[in-house]
Amino acid sequence: MSGAGLNPERPLRRVGPLALGVALVVLLGAVLAGLLVGAVGLSPGRVLAELADRLPWVSIDSGLTEQQSAIVWELRLPRVVLAGLVGATLAAAGAAYQGVFRNPLADPYLLGVAAGAGLGATLGIVSVGSASAVVPAVAFAGAVAAVALTYALGGVAGGGRAGTTLILAGVAVAAFFTAVQTFVQQRHADTVREVYSWILGRLSTVGWTEVGLLAPYAVVSVVVLLLHRRLLDVLAVGEEEAATLGVSASRVRLLVVAAATLGTAGAVAVGGLIGFVGLVVPHIVRLLAGSSYRVILPLSVLGGAAFLVLADLGARTVLSPAEVPIGVITAFVGGPFFAVVLRSGRRGWGP
Amino acid sequence: MACPHRPGPSSPTDGEVRVRRARSAPWTALALSFVALAAACGGETAPGTGSFPADVGGTRIPAYPERVVSAAASHTEILYAIGAAEQLVATDQFSDYPAAAAATPKLDAFNLGVEAVAAFAPDLVVLSFDPGDLQAGLTALGIPTLLLAPPATLEDVYGQIDALGEATGHPAEASALVREMAAEVARLAAAVPGGAAAPTYYYELDPTLYSLTSGTFVGGLLAVLGLENIADAADDGTGYPQLSPEYVLAADPDYILLADTRCCGQSARTVADRPGWGSLQAVAGGRVVELDDDVAQRWGPRVVELLAVVAEAVYR
Repeated sequence: MSGAGLNPERPLRRVGPLALGVALVVLLGAVLAGLLVGAVGLSPGRVLAELADRLPWVSIDSGLTEQQSAIVWELRLPRVVLAGLVGATLAAAGAAYQGVFRNPLADPYLLGVAAGAGLGATLGIVSVGSASAVVPAVAFAGAVAAVALTYALGGVAGGGRAGTTLILAGVAVAAFFTAVQTFVQQRHADTVREVYSWILGRLSTVGWTEVGLLAPYAVVSVVVLLLHRRLLDVLAVGEEEAATLGVSASRVRLLVVAAATLGTAGAVAVGGLIGFVGLVVPHIVRLLAGSSYRVILPLSVLGGAAFLVLADLGARTVLSPAEVPIGVITAFVGGPFFAVVLRSGRRGWGP
Repeated sequence: MACPHRPGPSSPTDGEVRVRRARSAPWTALALSFVALAAACGGETAPGTGSFPADVGGTRIPAYPERVVSAAASHTEILYAIGAAEQLVATDQFSDYPAAAAATPKLDAFNLGVEAVAAFAPDLVVLSFDPGDLQAGLTALGIPTLLLAPPATLEDVYGQIDALGEATGHPAEASALVREMAAEVARLAAAVPGGAAAPTYYYELDPTLYSLTSGTFVGGLLAVLGLENIADAADDGTGYPQLSPEYVLAADPDYILLADTRCCGQSARTVADRPGWGSLQAVAGGRVVELDDDVAQRWGPRVVELLAVVAEAVYR
């Protein structure tokens, strides 16, 4: 089986141990890099000792000062964990959307999540201020409301919530929510900067609180999406064909959209709008490892986590000790990388 | 017109300034009373003492302007302080100091258009930035328009005050204000104890750790007090870098100056609650200074107050 995971000629139906191993090693490397490198130069040996010290039955004096220890435990670790969770959730949601809508341009924000969260966050910031813990909650609510509205509209519009109808409903809902957000922002121009910095993504100032907020949604979302990987393969052959196999496309779509929305809304609520991960990571996985969703989904989860951890590492080191918005990094690195993979890959879009 | 007969708004009582670290330190008190006085009694001299037509920064103002539009809060504060309040017919929505300014008819600073401004039939318009052809458009309508961009130094501020004095016919009040401000700044600077190592500070513009360097207007102002800015090492060319939280922790500044108390609800308490920040000496030692965002952002007469508040916190 060795090498099969990277061989584009062989149809692959499940993740080979090699591909899985490579993905895990990349993720582990990204996490370690994220912990060892930062705006402040801490000796890698000491950071590793500090980490090992917390393991059970291990006691090592790392020699880090209280502040340096806080940098590792209160700043770098939660940031790496959160980047990993957000990346994994967005990539899984993107992969699942691409499958369930059979559309290569689908990303987690397809059905209005971003616009809904943006409106929710704006209303929250305008009414209670950006420091309030209410903001992530209303952003989450806005995101879920937007997708629910998209779904309802898709049903009303007929076509039995077919993929294309839903996408168009999503466009309408996103446009409407964005318009309302712009209007609210205009009425409260003094909060523009806060709204803007929220929209740009904000992994820079997160701590364990945010990790705790997102973790349940991220885990539920990713697990549910992973459980649907086989059904997504069935859907890939076409809705009617799927129906003859006893798979209801609209039912799968509902579950996938619900799970993806839960995760994406959580990710956006704590991390802001981070683009590109959900679109590009599944494609890169598809081009490198195979087109079955049984391969794409698990590898997207790992790859998305690794990608965003590395992107965040870039965000805090490129101009260190200044920060660069993470969305800039994901697009700046993801775009060209995607182009290279696309060019060298022999596999086109499709099952 | 005489100061006591001015309509209520600019009386010293509504010098309503939010100094959170309200301590009766003589410095602040002095600076505040001075600002309040300047705001209230700028108009001692009779209007129209200037000479017209006046040429100010390339703009020709044919006669004493009676309908002035100010599209920036800083310029509004200056206009009040030099006794041009009577001439103001409209300000932008951020102009809220002194309190009377909030009651003037409002322009939307984010949607400044030639028509919206011209609707007030102004004979002088003061802008701090041009969203695009606004100055040209107003000039084409025969409305003299001054463009006074955000300053880089205190000297620029004095220049703008003098320019506004000349343009509105209050040159004497303007130069008096400049003299008083300069004297106050000099006094604050002279009171800085020499010898010891310069205290370091972190200046916060928003909770995502946007800061500013000594190269900016406010940074340059604080340098007068002999303070060292931790963001200088992080300058990304803009003067307003977003700092990495771990950098702030490692730098462990002596003082944390919060200019995001109004906009973003930050306080010594919220700063202490941030992950890892509790270990900072500024937090543990109660050296987190809560500034008034508005005072910290504007370049009007109250820059003296900003300096005084920081000087009091650092060298009390």
